[in-house]
Amino acid sequence: MLKVDNVSIRYEHKQVVRNFSFHVASGDVVSIIGPNGSGKSTLLKAIARMLPYDNGSITLNNVNMKSMSSRDIAKKLCMLSQRNQAPNDISVKNLVSYGRYPHKKWFERLNDEDMQIVDWALEKTHLLHYKDRPISALSGGESQRAWIAMALAQRPQILLLDEPTTYLDISHQHEVLQLVRELNEEMGMTVVMVLHDLNQASSYSDQIVVIQEGDRKVTGSPDEVMTKQMIRDVYKMESEIQHVIWDDAPRIHLVSAVK
Amino acid sequence: MVNTAKGRAIIIITFCVMLIAAVIAIGLGSVRIAVPDILATLFTAGSETKFDTIIFDIRLPRVLLALIIGANIAISGALLQAVMGNPLADPGLTGVTAGAAACVLVIMLVYPEYTYLVPIAAFVGGVISAALVYMLAWRRTGITPITIILSGVAVNALCGGVVGFLSILYSDRLPSAVQWLNGSLAAKGNNALFMVYPYAIVGWILSIFAIRKANIIRLGDQVAVNLGENVTRIRIVLSLLAVFLAAISVAAIGMIGFVGLIVPHMARMLVGSDYKYMLPMSMILGALVLLLADTGGRTLFAPLDIPAGILMAVIGAPYFLYLMRRRAF
Repeated sequence: MLKVDNVSIRYEHKQVVRNFSFHVASGDVVSIIGPNGSGKSTLLKAIARMLPYDNGSITLNNVNMKSMSSRDIAKKLCMLSQRNQAPNDISVKNLVSYGRYPHKKWFERLNDEDMQIVDWALEKTHLLHYKDRPISALSGGESQRAWIAMALAQRPQILLLDEPTTYLDISHQHEVLQLVRELNEEMGMTVVMVLHDLNQASSYSDQIVVIQEGDRKVTGSPDEVMTKQMIRDVYKMESEIQHVIWDDAPRIHLVSAVK
Repeated sequence: MVNTAKGRAIIIITFCVMLIAAVIAIGLGSVRIAVPDILATLFTAGSETKFDTIIFDIRLPRVLLALIIGANIAISGALLQAVMGNPLADPGLTGVTAGAAACVLVIMLVYPEYTYLVPIAAFVGGVISAALVYMLAWRRTGITPITIILSGVAVNALCGGVVGFLSILYSDRLPSAVQWLNGSLAAKGNNALFMVYPYAIVGWILSIFAIRKANIIRLGDQVAVNLGENVTRIRIVLSLLAVFLAAISVAAIGMIGFVGLIVPHMARMLVGSDYKYMLPMSMILGALVLLLADTGGRTLFAPLDIPAGILMAVIGAPYFLYLMRRRAF
């Protein structure tokens, strides 16, 4: 569905991502992991057309994204940034309704169908009770859900999440990732996310892409990717990998830094 | 969050206050005219009252001019604030007004035979200033209050230098230009009014179409891109519109500061930051504020006629400091 082919990205003169390729199958949850500064977020931003890339191509449903209009892309793909800022007094419902604008011509108003989709997005994110509250009155987890609701109202086929849990406490992290899983399982929404936490990546992903210094290290299922060797190579940490009966995903315990 | 019904009510009430203020302002001056006489003169077709000349030739044009220019500058400020993502972006502080004024002075002092080019010169000057501010103030993370003030200082100083240079070279032609530069509505009459109102109406109509884009861009660049918008294009188009509205105002009556800064701020406090309400509110409130400044200027110290621009600076600067104390930026 989404294919990144041989893409290189530079920040001014610094090469951040080098000849990177990977593809995302429809209906998969794919996590991109790697150390700080490895180029994870840069890659995601390039896919979301927020950063230019030098060579290579990114295709969505076999169409090169450079040949699509930004508005057409917005109907199919949506990216949620690490941190978002909204005017303090905007209401949750108002914010979410902006997600409908890519589907509207520039003079068109939102109709009943749009408002149904907005309500649906609020319901999915358990925000119906909060819909008239200003964003500034919400907690971190709630406001992150409001931004996800806005993304949902856009009705994308593929959702990109840039470290969706970074600024949240553990219960809110769990809540957001649970929501991502729900959206994926119930609606078949394809998800590509950048995560820091190896165990979260392991539990919530179908595929994991490991990136190190702008190069792809490995790709595969959590079982294939999460190995002591990989963690030693990429993170310079000794670890133990456990398999527990109540979870399919491997659990990673970090032991110490590599001497 | 101000709800929609309340926002609408506040806008309608302010509009009524503005209308009442306009009628009262027509009555004020060396010849006082009672409200019934004003209404009779304005709305009785074909009747000839003794106030016809005063009202139609002097007072009404001046009141309408104040309303239109006030609305223009306030909308201009509101749009610049959306585009630059910063509540300090005002045509005066950023130097757009000064740039427009410098270019107009070039025409008035150096090429007086091309006076009909004044509106275009104002627009060109405003665009150059706005472009300079972008180049000076823009960082990868956007525009911060500090960079905007600093680049505004630089652009204003540059334009001030141009104005000073011209006024030394052409001191013989200066007096008329100074009267204009001060932002005075005195003796502008129907000429300025007829010059400015067609442009203003075009600008207002375009501003209505700018509301949605302004609303989207205040959510931040990344969100706007996500929604399929071309952020750079929105910035350029909305900036041009803001400069256009400020420039035609400068061309008509010279420099008036602070309206574009304090009016959008007041509007935001009253109806919230949604441009669907904030923009019309700014427009009406801007009209009202400049009308008050001009009427105050010509009546408080009568027979002296204090330019509205000077009165606005005297009221506006302390308000600006008050906002700074309250950390509104």
